[in-house]
Amino acid sequence: MKYSAWKIFTQGLAGNSGWKPVWREPEPKPSYDILVIGGGGHGLATAYYLAKEHGLANVAVLEKGWLGSGNIGRNTTIIRSNYLLPGNEPFYELSLKLWEGLEQDFNFNAMVSQRGIINLYHSDAQRDAAVRRGNAMIMAGADAVLLDRDALKRKCPYLDFDNGRFPIQGGLWQPRGGTVRHDAVAWGYARGADSRGVDIIQNCEVTGFKIENGVVKGVETTRGSIGAKKIAVCAAGSSSRVMATAGLRLPIESHVLQAFVSEGLKPIVPGVITFGAGHFYISQSDKGGLVFGGDIDGYNTYAQRGNLPVVEDVCEGGMAIMPMIGRARLLRSWGGVMDMSMDGSPFIDRTSIEGLYFNGGWCYGGFKATPASGWCTAHLLATGNPHPTATAYRLDRFRTGHPIDEKGAGAQANLH
Amino acid sequence: MLIDHPLLGPRDAAEFTIIGDAALIARPDGLADGALDAFHDYLHLRDNPAGEHRELWYHDHGDRSWLVVTRDTLTHAVIKVELAREVALAMGRGEGK
Repeated sequence: MKYSAWKIFTQGLAGNSGWKPVWREPEPKPSYDILVIGGGGHGLATAYYLAKEHGLANVAVLEKGWLGSGNIGRNTTIIRSNYLLPGNEPFYELSLKLWEGLEQDFNFNAMVSQRGIINLYHSDAQRDAAVRRGNAMIMAGADAVLLDRDALKRKCPYLDFDNGRFPIQGGLWQPRGGTVRHDAVAWGYARGADSRGVDIIQNCEVTGFKIENGVVKGVETTRGSIGAKKIAVCAAGSSSRVMATAGLRLPIESHVLQAFVSEGLKPIVPGVITFGAGHFYISQSDKGGLVFGGDIDGYNTYAQRGNLPVVEDVCEGGMAIMPMIGRARLLRSWGGVMDMSMDGSPFIDRTSIEGLYFNGGWCYGGFKATPASGWCTAHLLATGNPHPTATAYRLDRFRTGHPIDEKGAGAQANLH
Repeated sequence: MLIDHPLLGPRDAAEFTIIGDAALIARPDGLADGALDAFHDYLHLRDNPAGEHRELWYHDHGDRSWLVVTRDTLTHAVIKVELAREVALAMGRGEGK
């Protein structure tokens, strides 16, 4: 069923009784050409682009819980492409371009809202770094505007420009950045993949791999064994656990990142604003809640919840740039488990086991990467070659001396 | 989280900095054969278990001791706390090795 305004109108007249479930609940077949492990954003996007761009529909997505139950439903919904390094920026710009056409592409309202993102700077050195980053973005085809203090003051008069420790000098603005309705991304990709013949199998946890002579042949799951010619692991947050069953150790630690939402308020924050002297980012949802977050808690964990010291730290960051939010009440907080890679950059690559592919290590930044991650993983699976924008995301880059030190922090919490 | 310091008793985890997997104590020998591979694995690869995990914590807002904390990464429960110095000595480190 194709969604349109006309459909809403006719369904309204029929008492909305004609809407159908948008994906099937199939039993797993004995084997597939390609298995995707992980029914979150990246896994579903991979399956969608395999079917749509490469015509490969003998594909199944295996999800241990329910569809979209991981980080696609637990993030702060920000999209942007304000990266610096050549290994990163073209990939994230591809992602932003895919976001811009996504809703028409998969015929689902993901509420892509390009209200802009502003990274604040607080010193001359940070301004120079912002200029450099902005130029790198423009060279990669993205957009960037340097706002000085006066221009920023016209956009965001409520910021604490004369803060005693971190006075705000200006910001680097990416007008095409913004936010997206995150759950709808998973649903849209799932619907698009399912309608092209991809089997989405929920409540199906992978417990092991069948590997013969260094070639992957299939997986063992809680719903029986399933054969496959190629397998892509897109289970960020649990990457180490899944890959350990194939005997691989990864350059990844699992950490919890907390996110917060306030009570609903009238529109005050136009886009996304990030603190330059600490770790804090904030936007306002369409319902009016302020959505914000900051640093990881710092210790290894697989629990989807954090502890209070980081709640305090994040709120302090908010108070440092936006004292007006101090009277807003915190409504909810939650945590998501991140794959923190050793250099803070992701992986989309083959592994030492033939036919087994890995997508993970997304750190804080997996949500914005969802379309390009699926696009590039599908490209790698279908053609055998990495996508031109994702060639730097090698799993062996630490061995060969090619880490992508965008921020140089990685999993080391005391460097954040 | 409370960390039951062997010398000071229960202390708030906010007083500490975590540095990572306690396997980092076992720094490879840089002169041994295969040192390059050993250092790659030591620096970059992690077991990252779901469950019991031994990790290094530094009491930087306290007595500046290094601790080996055994913690459950699924529940955040602190299971065991040892002085890293004693763990390292028991491993035979600090004897010119």
